[in-house]
Amino acid sequence: MKELSLHILDIAENSVRADAKTITIDIEENSQKNLLTIEIKDNGKGMDAEMVTQITDPFITSRTTRKVGLGIPFLKAAAEACNGHFSIQSTPCVGTSVETSFELDHIDRMPMGDIQSTFLNLLVGYPDVHWIFRYGIDGKKFTLDSEPIRESLDGIPFSDPIVLRYLKNEINNGMQKIKNIHKQETP
Amino acid sequence: MNKIKSLDDLKRVREEALEKRSKTTTTGKAQVIVGMGTCGIAAGARETMKAVLDFIEAENMEGIIVTQTGCIGLCEQEPILQVVRGEEEKVTYGKVTPEIAKRILKEHVSGGEIVKEFMITL
Repeated sequence: MKELSLHILDIAENSVRADAKTITIDIEENSQKNLLTIEIKDNGKGMDAEMVTQITDPFITSRTTRKVGLGIPFLKAAAEACNGHFSIQSTPCVGTSVETSFELDHIDRMPMGDIQSTFLNLLVGYPDVHWIFRYGIDGKKFTLDSEPIRESLDGIPFSDPIVLRYLKNEINNGMQKIKNIHKQETP
Repeated sequence: MNKIKSLDDLKRVREEALEKRSKTTTTGKAQVIVGMGTCGIAAGARETMKAVLDFIEAENMEGIIVTQTGCIGLCEQEPILQVVRGEEEKVTYGKVTPEIAKRILKEHVSGGEIVKEFMITL
């Protein structure tokens, strides 16, 4: 995959498949520490210790439609190629948390890419999941919580054209804001 | 401050959507499903989904539910897009680029004509 935002989408899909009710995606760029961290946390059905140790093996998967699972091994390899780390914690019936980090300015670090589309896809594609997206750049944060939005819409679906326009603006403006603030402060 | 303003905006969005809805007669619900497994994502499914959402927004298409699904075992055909129109049977399309997705929305979802050249049989 060419973008970190595609990996994030892929890992979040695992959380949905694990019947998570709440999924939090936390991304943080810290230029002082030269670190990019990504955490995807869910309250899905989780995995036992044995499954967790096997999960980075491409030939282990819980899926029945095909015999290889590449999502997690892909991300792990990408992180390790950038002096980063990858870890996965899981407890049956409690949930799973995937944490990964990259050296921010590592030459092999793939770009974040279109994270806005990743957020919008997840939001619209799984409206019953409670999504919390956080994106921080050197302490400046953008947060989007799907719950108050869903409540305010009171039955109007996320895929309604007017709502789509609103969500897209909200995500794009929010991301633009933290990027602009960041730009102003770094000479 | 910001949050409250944003929620006020949302109420307006909701009212606007409701008003529009009562004016236009619903043409029957349609569901668009995009395959978003690792195989789908690697083949470009996010861009296909983006094209679907952009098209719905641009053309003001009402009553369409867009959902995602995991790998259905046809990885070589990804990105896969499925359409269920009202009571009609589900139609599966393979190798759906953003351009093809727009065609499917226009001709099939809106127009009711299956885009046969990209249809795959399961």
